[in-house]
Amino acid sequence: MSSDRLRRRHAVTRGFRLLCAAVAWAGIVILAVLLFHVTREGIRWLDLQFLTEFPSRFPEQAGIKSALWGTVWLITLTAGISIPVGVAAAIYLEEYSPRNRLSQLIEVNIGNLAGVPSIVYGILGLVLFVRFLALGRSVLAGSLTMTLLILPVIIIAAREALRAVPDSIRHAAFALGATRWQAVRSQVLPVALPGILTGVILALSRAIGETAPLVMIGALTYVAFVPEGPMDAFTALPIQIFNWASRPQENFHQLAAAGIMVLLVTLLLMNATAVWIRQRAERTGR
Amino acid sequence: MSQGSTAKPLLAGAGTRKSRTKEELIRFVLFLCAFLSILTTLSIIAILAWEAYSFFREVRVLDFLSGTRWTPLLEPRSFGVLPLVAGTLQIVIGASLIAIPVGLASAIYLAEFASAGVRRALKPVLEILAGIPTVVYGYFALTFVTPLIAAIFPQTQIFNAASASIVVGIMVLPMTASLCDDALRAVPESLRQGAFALGATQFEVTLRVVLPAALSGVMASFVLAASRAIGETMAVTLAAGATPKMTMNPLESIQTMTAYIVQVSLGDTPVGTVEYQTIFAVATLLFAITLSMNIIAHRVLARFREVYE
Amino acid sequence: MNTQTTPDAQISPAAQSRSVLDVIDLTIRYGTKPAIRNVSLSIPQHRITAIIGPSGCGKSTLLRAFNRMNDFIPNVGMEGQILYLGSDIYAREVDPVEVRRRIGMVFQKPNPFPKSILQNVAWGPSINGFTGNLEDRVEQSLRRAALWEEVNDRLHESALALSGGQQQRLCIARALAMEPDVILMDEPCSALDPVSTARIEDLMFELKERYTIVIVTHNMQQAARVSNLTAFLENGSLVEYGETDQVFTRPRNQRTEEYVTGRFG
Ligand SMILES: Nc1ncnc2c1ncn2[C@@H]1O[C@H](COP(=O)(O)OP(=O)(O)OP(=O)(O)O)[C@@H](O)[C@H]1O
Ligand SMILES: [Mg+2]
Repeated sequence: MSSDRLRRRHAVTRGFRLLCAAVAWAGIVILAVLLFHVTREGIRWLDLQFLTEFPSRFPEQAGIKSALWGTVWLITLTAGISIPVGVAAAIYLEEYSPRNRLSQLIEVNIGNLAGVPSIVYGILGLVLFVRFLALGRSVLAGSLTMTLLILPVIIIAAREALRAVPDSIRHAAFALGATRWQAVRSQVLPVALPGILTGVILALSRAIGETAPLVMIGALTYVAFVPEGPMDAFTALPIQIFNWASRPQENFHQLAAAGIMVLLVTLLLMNATAVWIRQRAERTGR
Repeated sequence: MSQGSTAKPLLAGAGTRKSRTKEELIRFVLFLCAFLSILTTLSIIAILAWEAYSFFREVRVLDFLSGTRWTPLLEPRSFGVLPLVAGTLQIVIGASLIAIPVGLASAIYLAEFASAGVRRALKPVLEILAGIPTVVYGYFALTFVTPLIAAIFPQTQIFNAASASIVVGIMVLPMTASLCDDALRAVPESLRQGAFALGATQFEVTLRVVLPAALSGVMASFVLAASRAIGETMAVTLAAGATPKMTMNPLESIQTMTAYIVQVSLGDTPVGTVEYQTIFAVATLLFAITLSMNIIAHRVLARFREVYE
Repeated sequence: MNTQTTPDAQISPAAQSRSVLDVIDLTIRYGTKPAIRNVSLSIPQHRITAIIGPSGCGKSTLLRAFNRMNDFIPNVGMEGQILYLGSDIYAREVDPVEVRRRIGMVFQKPNPFPKSILQNVAWGPSINGFTGNLEDRVEQSLRRAALWEEVNDRLHESALALSGGQQQRLCIARALAMEPDVILMDEPCSALDPVSTARIEDLMFELKERYTIVIVTHNMQQAARVSNLTAFLENGSLVEYGETDQVFTRPRNQRTEEYVTGRFG
């Protein structure tokens, strides 16, 4: 009967909808399980001593001081290099570049670079920075490698932010006799800033978690000192986590979990900052 | 007074010439920053090509590409890359089995069923999942997923392809979902309404109208996700093992291309030897595979977007 | 079809005043499609010249050509010349930035910078190496734009908090702060209510003592009220150009008559 068929067709829709919803919400479940597991394993080790001690053969004495400082150094340098370069590239592509073959090539190229596996960037860093430029296994070599890795992300985000700035602002500036740079620097960039910052923070939080390129350029797995300059050797939080996780002993796995908690809290804070900037800009902007 | 300035000729004076030079300089510096991306690509290609060239002077390309034994560090040495390719393939297939259906279903839910409020709640969760570092997933695989699998299949090895596949699947899931979501939402509303007007149910509209219309975009998303899974490194290094072998048993230890590169760079293989150069040969293969997949996917996506704009 | 009037009559209807801008046989194309066809006219000093015509006839295109704002639109092609005080503003050695410093522009929709009122007005002079007292210049410009009384107690507040009419006067003040010779206005009142419109029209009257004003408008009454000269464009061609009085009461051209009396357009 036709009404029966119709009822069945609607039942199929309801079932399908339920299935899709369940699957979509499974993401939350996975996230919850992961966080719960990490916390349960790591919470025992997470104390002040964990943050202030160097790594050790004895789990009870081990800490992440050198890894934490290494990450701070690495990210500070990476931010210092990648933000100006990335924003400059985005400004060129969005505000200056003539629509010709070269700029199209650059655009496609940036899209492709964003998809290159991070370990390939590690190889690039190893050959180019560690060996060819003889920077050794230094924080600087690590930061330069990370810079190349996150540049596409920053450029793409910054371009989007610049594109969102209405043309009327540019025209107003030009009509006042501003040069292109004056218009960009004083009028366009400030408006795009919240969007750019959001993208930069997300890119940097990717850099904080990246492990493979650092392994490739030889960030050391055992470092019992804090880097004092850009040419010092270093280790970083994800390297330390990797190191502990790859040991067979249960205790070290739990140390890894504690390290992961620190890493995730850092990332969460950065994400929250990005969201906060975005929302504040939406509230105060037009 | 404005009248005063009317006498001044319009030709560029010394002052404006100076500022024009400054403008040109700024433009040039900005251009260099953009051009850096081209240099990056060229450096990657040059380095890989150069080092792979030295490798292939010692090992025949055909032996490399078709050999089924990968023991570059042990005697008797053998440089057949297929075991690493097989390991990688196993991870990609396993990850796809999770990421493709789950990602697509989530995308369908987000694009076709969910209210704006639900979207706003789910999207950040996906973003957070996407932002979790891969080393964390590796840890999760090793200490949570593997014991879980071992509880069901006691013969499971400590390092195994299955648990690595699962976490890699979870890792690329957000990307798959969000790309599929974009593709589905690019399908114009008029198409849906036309089908609804013919008396189709939501299920029929989604499956018979929206999905076929978005098919090329959805497929491109799958290719991008697979390419990401191929390049994934830390999770497989931690969880899948270091045993290059041709097996399709997901409960055994294997090795992927990326994990091999990490293994060598962590070890003490002397730089410059043919053993060491294997990492460049493997990386070249890795780069070539992922790049071609990305280029194809981006082409397809570009054409897909053109259709609906 | 629009050549009943002699070209000479079109070019310099106001012989008593020196011309600031001379357009000579100007053709502008977007791609291959012409938007301005062989237009010649002269804009006299210290007068208000109105450009009228049906939508899409090329008014904005012509106006933007006067301060090289068309440079920002891709695929614009140009033939002919525009002379500013006798020198070709499109000559190779001329910096377009210099042109825009002399020839200011007010846009259809008020577009203040999302900054304070003070910063809006002060920015132009400050990037152009102005060395005098910036605050005096800001006050003077705001006074000339008839906005000072309304905003002098909140100069540091956001310009976006002003009403639409105030924002547009701010944009005029911003242009005045550059001390330009010429001010181009593209339908400056079309986004405003009648009261704000009346204020801006009054303002234009005062401004023409010091500045040369070219205004594009859709509003016939406005053109008749404020301008000394009127140019009627149709389909990219200059149909008629003359004293506003004459154009509105004794048009020489049939099409002009039909347009100003509202029978089409
Ligand atoms: N950026 C552009 N690209 C291509 N064509 C354009 C562009 N701007 C304008 N045109 C075309 O040129 C012609 C003249 O446009 P213009 O904006 O100068 O007209 P207008 O007289 O100012 O119209 P309105 O009264 O509607 O503002 C129109 O046919 C328009 O479609
Ligand atoms: Mg117009």
